[in-house]
Amino acid sequence: MTTTVVLAGVGGQGTILAADVLAKVAAAAGLDVKLSEVHGMAQRGGSVDTTVRFGDVVHSPLTDLGYADHLVAFELIEAARTLRYVRPGGRLLVNTRTIDPMPVLIGAVPSPEGLEGQLQNEGAVFLDAEELACEAGSPKSANVVLMGALSAGLEFAEELWIDVISARVPSHTVEVNLRAFRLGRKACIEGECML
Amino acid sequence: MSRTLLSGNEAVARGAWEAGVSVGVGYPGTPSTETLENLTRMSDVHCEWAPNEKVALEVAAGVSMGGARVLVTMKHVGMNVAADPLFTLAYTGVGGGIVILIADDPGMHSSQNEQDSRNWGPFAHVPVLEPADSHEALEFTKSAFEISERFDVPVIVRSTTRISHSKGLVEVGERVLSEAPAPFLSDPAKWVMLPSNARCRCTSLNERIDRLAKWNATDGPDRVEMGSTELGIVTSGVCYEYVREALPNASVYKVVMSYPLNERALVEFAASVDRLAVVEEADPYLKTHLRAMGIDVADVSVPIEGELSPAKVAAAFGGTLPSTRALIADLPPRPPLMCPGCPHRSVFHALRKAKAIVTGDIGCYTLGALPPLSAMDSCVCMGAGIGMAHGMALAGQGKAGRPIVAVIGDSTFAHSGITGLAHIAYNGGAGTVLILDNRITAMTGHQGNPMMGLTLMGEQNRQIDIEALCASMGIDHVRTVDPHDLEAVGSTIAEEIGRDQLSVIVFCAPCALLIREKEQPYAVDEEACTACGACIKLGCPAISKTSTGIAATDITVCVGCGDCVQVCKFDAIVPAGEACEIGGV
Ligand SMILES: Cc1ncc(C[n+]2csc(CCOP(=O)(O)OP(=O)(O)O)c2C)c(N)n1
Repeated sequence: MTTTVVLAGVGGQGTILAADVLAKVAAAAGLDVKLSEVHGMAQRGGSVDTTVRFGDVVHSPLTDLGYADHLVAFELIEAARTLRYVRPGGRLLVNTRTIDPMPVLIGAVPSPEGLEGQLQNEGAVFLDAEELACEAGSPKSANVVLMGALSAGLEFAEELWIDVISARVPSHTVEVNLRAFRLGRKACIEGECML
Repeated sequence: MSRTLLSGNEAVARGAWEAGVSVGVGYPGTPSTETLENLTRMSDVHCEWAPNEKVALEVAAGVSMGGARVLVTMKHVGMNVAADPLFTLAYTGVGGGIVILIADDPGMHSSQNEQDSRNWGPFAHVPVLEPADSHEALEFTKSAFEISERFDVPVIVRSTTRISHSKGLVEVGERVLSEAPAPFLSDPAKWVMLPSNARCRCTSLNERIDRLAKWNATDGPDRVEMGSTELGIVTSGVCYEYVREALPNASVYKVVMSYPLNERALVEFAASVDRLAVVEEADPYLKTHLRAMGIDVADVSVPIEGELSPAKVAAAFGGTLPSTRALIADLPPRPPLMCPGCPHRSVFHALRKAKAIVTGDIGCYTLGALPPLSAMDSCVCMGAGIGMAHGMALAGQGKAGRPIVAVIGDSTFAHSGITGLAHIAYNGGAGTVLILDNRITAMTGHQGNPMMGLTLMGEQNRQIDIEALCASMGIDHVRTVDPHDLEAVGSTIAEEIGRDQLSVIVFCAPCALLIREKEQPYAVDEEACTACGACIKLGCPAISKTSTGIAATDITVCVGCGDCVQVCKFDAIVPAGEACEIGGV
């Protein structure tokens, strides 16, 4: 059995660090793991999708429409764009934040409306990661809040996450990030981000 | 030994280090860049960024001739630049092993074209190894050094985006230390490729490749995994992983050495299955060679453009795809964009106003081609913009109120712009060349370059003085301007394009991402804003047009560069604090 998680966001939102944390947790749990990310041109404010797959033996680093088990969307439009990766019945975790892309900013195309409703119909679970990140002490820890929320739906022990995050983030931000992780996890376990 | 999560690039660096490499040299290019950056962090290795890939391979040739092992890294198009030394290095062969990592980008995530670097194998007569994941990237980089020295030939390790930028678990090993090279003994028959020597080395090269093919047949790295004999798949690289996932029952021949091919084993494999098909990305490289060997390859419609994926492979072989959720239509696209505070923005803003024909180049500034700046007319390859500006003038363009302007970044100028400029100076051309000097190679993630002098080992060395360089070419009109002074940007461009002589303008200000301390952000005074849209035309991600047409800023995104303040004729963009007091944002 292989579990596939897609992390979708906008360049600069910290999806790559989040994916790295998840992959290291899976590895620490003794599983095989592969992670696929995109660097370069696309990172300059463009859409950035990262895939993490773990299980006994993982072949492809890439996934496809209809195969992913979890989507962690860091942004609403990207959630809608990548929704189809998730199999029916898969878990959709969506940050309520919207970052308007350039065509919207300059008024060339309208900002899409009703996305939250459409995503809700697909069974999405919403979270305001920025708000929880500020509560944790830094808006930059929103990516770790989302990992906390994701962790509530995966089977890895909380200590594994704590160890990996502590080792992976800059040392002066460990406390903030651990707080962010716990807030995200708690929000999902206690149902605040559930439907 | 421990299991570590490494990207393909990190694994190549690790493999080279374990193989005792002394030097790493290359030029940045997605998806190859992090390889050398990682090698630099390991002990007892000296790494350098070259101005371009040709120089990188020539430095490597020297390291090899001096007896030490060397890793060279570049993206696929870089090999076009380095092809000249490659072909003759196949003749000379090596002293210390030369391994060249070439990272292809099927699907063009971050590239101007798709190329299949396996073709360099038969073209230049150099062996090519194709890892499928991080583990193999480490192992095959190590074996590539052995093959290089044993068969006296440079070796290409071909990666693709999904190998270079995927991470997987790797068993890391120890470094094998080689002895210091013996003092160099002249050997002109090997290293001086005069025609008489080259003829001998050409024969020798063919013999070396023959010996290598024999070795590949007996001890080579290719692998056969037999499953059902109904279908046999020949594949290589990351496509192997897609095949294993999509067609778990098929028999698989995994090509690792894609030049020279293990022909005998491939023929045997073909004979052992009822139907044989090839799964590969980019060019039909294996398919063509298998057919040339007389193997009957089934026609399966695997897409030849872009990347493959497990589902694409499954679909090509008639597999059923899972049901998917409904598409949410009409989502706005999200193209990449210039960062807030980017010093390139004002230049394209001015070029658009000047209605210039802009022959562009490759770097972050290529984003000046996208709306709303929309001020670039060509982008072909690194350095092309300067020669193309001259060519456009030769074609008679540049009159009719549309002046010709070449735009090039600092790293690109050092890479291959200097020769273009020399061409115009030498041939008496006119036109205006804009050098966007943001003090870094930004697009690929901030590497140093010869214009600003920071080396890969972290030393601050000499910087190239662009004004003096241009003056030495006899160019009389060279000016340096601060791109955040929009008045000066506009007026300098207007003056220089009005001139009937060659001129160069250097726009010098650091990349916005190099500036750690943000300035105070700006907000819009809603009462003063007339909804004229002037600031929107800058294409800054911190500025948006609201439903009433009035502008708004996002103070969490704004870095306070002040470019927008200068385009606003109504003083409606004010420091964020003040706007809040007067009831604005
Ligand atoms: C032959 C070749 N090598 C490498 C690359 C990858 N590449 C694209 S742009 C670029 C450098 C851009 O730097 P610069 O000119 O300073 O512009 P900036 O991104 O800083 O604006 C590189 C290395 C390429 N496209 N072609």
